[in-house]
Amino acid sequence: MSVLACEVQIMQGAFTLEVALSSDARVLGLAGPSGSGKTTLLEMLAGLRRPSRGRIEVGGIVVFDATRRIDVPAHLRRVGYVPQDGALFPHMTVQANVLYGAGGVPGRTRALAASGGTAVHDHPEPLAAVEGEARRLSARPTLASVAEALDITALLPRPVTQLSGGERQRVALARALMARPRLLLLDEPLSGVDRARKRTILPYLRALRDQWDVPMVYVSHDAEELALLADEVCLLEGGRVVPSGHRHSAQD
Amino acid sequence: MDVPLWSTALFTALMGLVATVVALPLALGVAWLLARHRFPGKPLVETLVALPLVLPPVATGYLLLQMLGTDAVVGRLLDALGIEVVFTWKAVVLAMVVMSLPLLVLTLRTGFEQIDRRYEQVAATLGASPWRVWLTVTLPLARRSVVVAALLGFARALGEFGATIVVAGGIPGQTQTLAVAMFTFIESGRDAEARTLLWMSLALAGLSVLAAQLLQRRGGRS
Repeated sequence: MSVLACEVQIMQGAFTLEVALSSDARVLGLAGPSGSGKTTLLEMLAGLRRPSRGRIEVGGIVVFDATRRIDVPAHLRRVGYVPQDGALFPHMTVQANVLYGAGGVPGRTRALAASGGTAVHDHPEPLAAVEGEARRLSARPTLASVAEALDITALLPRPVTQLSGGERQRVALARALMARPRLLLLDEPLSGVDRARKRTILPYLRALRDQWDVPMVYVSHDAEELALLADEVCLLEGGRVVPSGHRHSAQD
Repeated sequence: MDVPLWSTALFTALMGLVATVVALPLALGVAWLLARHRFPGKPLVETLVALPLVLPPVATGYLLLQMLGTDAVVGRLLDALGIEVVFTWKAVVLAMVVMSLPLLVLTLRTGFEQIDRRYEQVAATLGASPWRVWLTVTLPLARRSVVVAALLGFARALGEFGATIVVAGGIPGQTQTLAVAMFTFIESGRDAEARTLLWMSLALAGLSVLAAQLLQRRGGRS
């Protein structure tokens, strides 16, 4: 069972995006020049844009399949998405932002755990999935733990309009994490912050990866960022994946 | 026997308030659909909503009157339910709703269109259902447009004349609004009363529009 497997195609005017990839990486880096379709791909994974055809599987669960007419809506996919500038809700405090996604999730997780539970008796194979879910539940992120890990505890009562670029990114990460996604999509999270600030945020991203065991797709132009974070890098060009022979492991 | 002028003004303001309360949810729904969705027949809906803006108000009133007559489906249905609309306060509200709807929808649509869609998209990826997204993200972010639209719609409703006089008549003490009463006084040469009503109209409508302007300006700055 792979973390992410997709084979999608979408046409937008003259531009055609056709991507097939399968990855088990904890952090899959996604690189490529602007206009290569990175954001479009993320939007399709998150359920914000419908592929013309294809299939998307997240953590072994099919969330989109054109031929079987499966299209799980974004709010049920549990695929987190952090856009470039974080898109924090401007009418809420930092704390309200961080807690936004925490509200609806427990019920869904219970339902998922329950269905996994009955499945154990019927078929033996989802055992790994149930164990994975149990581990995730035990490491359930709380407001306090997430705020501490991302160093935003002092910011919680503030309105989001008073945050710096780096702070906004950390709050956006915390918010995404609190919704307990099965996959987290980060769209150039550091492109808006200066180089010095980048170095201070990167450790948070690594902590995120290691502490909560959330698989991520990390879009970036920056080779240094990718080298520090990604287990595997996928290069996108003109709407296509550059063949895997040319793919390199960032950890070499 | 004359109805006191303040009573006419109060009646008009009350009807305007009821009309705004009735029109606002309707306008929110239509404006949202037009701002965020593509659907077959969209130009038709847009035309229908904008029509009262350009049609002579008297014609709109006449159209409503025809629809409410016992020859028409709507009229027959209301008749069967024992609901009387024509020449009652309900007709005043109806005329106000129809005439202020274009203004409400236009204002709200612009408001919705100005909201960055990414907020709604991110809310969805955080597990919020479309309904929850609308209530907790879209509506709060559009709140200023909602207030401005309500104020403008209210002001427009107060001044309604052409459609009102056709469907509601101008029965003093029953369906006579400020504008209709003013016209009656002007016609019969009672300038003093007409002038008092003029000041009342100016005050009511002026304050609503002023409040809307101030709010919009504040919105532009923040």
